[in-house]
Amino acid sequence: MHIIVVGLSHMTATVELREQVAFSPNSIAKPLCELVAIDGVIEGVIVSTCNRVEIYASTRDIAGGIARVKRFMADYHRVDYERLEGHLYSYHSEAAIRHLFRVASSLDSMVVGEPQILGQIKAAYGYASEFKTSGIILNRFLHKAFSVAKRVRTETRIASSAVSVAFAAVELAKKILGELDGKTVMLIGAGEMCELAARHFIGSGAANIIVVNRTFERAERLADDFNGQAIPFDQLPEQLHRADIVLSSTGAEHAVIHAPVVESALRRRKFKPMFFIDIAVPRDIESAVNDVDSAYLFTVDDLQEIVENNIARRSVEAEKAEEIVEEEVIRFYSWLTSLEVTPTIIAMRNRFNQVREAELNRTLAAWKDISADDERRLQALTQGIINKLLHAPLTKLKQSGQGGRTDLYVDALCNLFELQEPADEELAGEDQP
Amino acid sequence: MYLIAILYGAATFAYLYYLARTTPAMAAWAHRLITIGFVVHLLSVIQLFTTTGHLPITTLQESLFFLSMIIVGVFILFERIFKVVVLGSFIVPLAMLMLAVSSMMHSVNGMQAAGYAGSRIYWVHILLAFLSYAMFTVSCGASGMYLLQQHFLKKKRFGAMFHKLPAIETLDRISFYCLAIGFPLLTMAILAGIIRLELMTGRLWIWSDPKQLWSLLTWAIYAVIFYGRITIGWRGRQAALLSLAGFLVLVFSLLGSSHQISWHP
Repeated sequence: MHIIVVGLSHMTATVELREQVAFSPNSIAKPLCELVAIDGVIEGVIVSTCNRVEIYASTRDIAGGIARVKRFMADYHRVDYERLEGHLYSYHSEAAIRHLFRVASSLDSMVVGEPQILGQIKAAYGYASEFKTSGIILNRFLHKAFSVAKRVRTETRIASSAVSVAFAAVELAKKILGELDGKTVMLIGAGEMCELAARHFIGSGAANIIVVNRTFERAERLADDFNGQAIPFDQLPEQLHRADIVLSSTGAEHAVIHAPVVESALRRRKFKPMFFIDIAVPRDIESAVNDVDSAYLFTVDDLQEIVENNIARRSVEAEKAEEIVEEEVIRFYSWLTSLEVTPTIIAMRNRFNQVREAELNRTLAAWKDISADDERRLQALTQGIINKLLHAPLTKLKQSGQGGRTDLYVDALCNLFELQEPADEELAGEDQP
Repeated sequence: MYLIAILYGAATFAYLYYLARTTPAMAAWAHRLITIGFVVHLLSVIQLFTTTGHLPITTLQESLFFLSMIIVGVFILFERIFKVVVLGSFIVPLAMLMLAVSSMMHSVNGMQAAGYAGSRIYWVHILLAFLSYAMFTVSCGASGMYLLQQHFLKKKRFGAMFHKLPAIETLDRISFYCLAIGFPLLTMAILAGIIRLELMTGRLWIWSDPKQLWSLLTWAIYAVIFYGRITIGWRGRQAALLSLAGFLVLVFSLLGSSHQISWHP
């Protein structure tokens, strides 16, 4: 049984083509069922996101399976096969395992470290589970991919740093204020960046929004959006102390917030820290504010620099992640091959034991006056011979995955010893890690 | 004794390694090591207590041994509550150092030297003082980290260290709680000392005793911080710096001076 994957991604195809072969989650049952109905395809999972469409399957015949799944993709979406084929990539066995592990760990994503892909793969697996198109192998495979992704996330910092200015702001706020639950955000002025950052803060737990604007009506409108409170612009100095986070983006020519105002606001807050983000150009908040103890001022340039550093750092973390993935690939692949060889191992043992028992019974039947002790010795002798004969070959068989000789050995043993071909149900019954 | 050293040494290594490569597994190991080490240390102290009949705080060597144990205990408590593992990277090596110094000193029978027999108030005095020292040590550690983190935030340097340190607010809270517990403890310790002095000599205070002077100075510094924190809500840089200053004075008071009172036989 082999794992194959066929698909295309943002790396190999444009969005127009990806759109054409995307599978909609609303009607995923039909393609899934058709997929496993394909000759030779035993299990199947379809992963379809805005950046990739991939089909994972388990088949007995690698080349044939891949070819047929490619056809299926083209035919199902009524897309010209020749046009599609050039953009498809395919992997099997170890490479397929590596591919999914990398994808799930967001190493193959447009933004390395992005968190969405894991959820998307989990959803895809959920559908396959629901419609029973995934079985023992893909179940194990997908579950392993999830745990590898988790390992990558916790052991590397690939996903731990923000790569957008808004997220960087939230991350910084957490480093300054601790948890953001119940904190107050003050928006001064208006603007898309401001509102986006405010939404992120709310998403991370901030509870109160205060909106300040020279035009009170605008403030009120914005406050409504956020379920917050609007205050007139001239009250800014008196109300500043209520905010833990201040986002400023007015069109003013000169600074709107000066150090003395911040100092008195801090005093009123008993010096609980304040986080200032100045998005405006020319700047709204004078830089002297940063020198005030317990006030932390950042401009958009500062945040952008953080983001760039984070992106650079992610590629270092990505290397660590690749190492983790390699480790896990080797582990999983050897499990997979052991799965393949288990029926053969069992069949071999059965065959040898059958012969042993048959011969032993024949001998014992003819040996009337054998003592109980001697009989035991004969049992032990014959068992010992079989064990010793089988030990080396079976061990080598279990290890055959590493040299890629599993198929060769299994075929040879089945032929030479005239063993039964393991049935799929037998295979499904073996689940040893 | 050596078992403790090995365990603490391993824990130190674990915590420092955690600083370099942050993994949850390493954090769990470091925590386990330090907890086991602490239990062994505690048992060792109890054993010393039962064999000698008094708390092991009569000589500098013993004091360091006992104090490092309390510091580790306090640290474990704070690590549990605030989930700040990185604190250990600063505190555990310190405790290890104290233990190492302690083990290298000669063991002197302090009982005879200082004539502490039969003074229960004295034990209370020392115990309270040591507990407060442990609190101040953790507070100092947190303050140090606070200043470091604040430096990063103000200068906009965001290296690996910045990410490993916890939120500046958390550090401030740890420092504050340590202070809020440590300061009353120190006050009570000094009061106990005064009571004992009164009982022994009829006087409340001896100005010529250097240890008392330094203790008073330490107390004064922490009093200022405590007051500033509670009333003005003083935080940040000044509080952290004062906390460090107070700790330095405390260290000097502990190590550099001892009671020079004539009634010590």
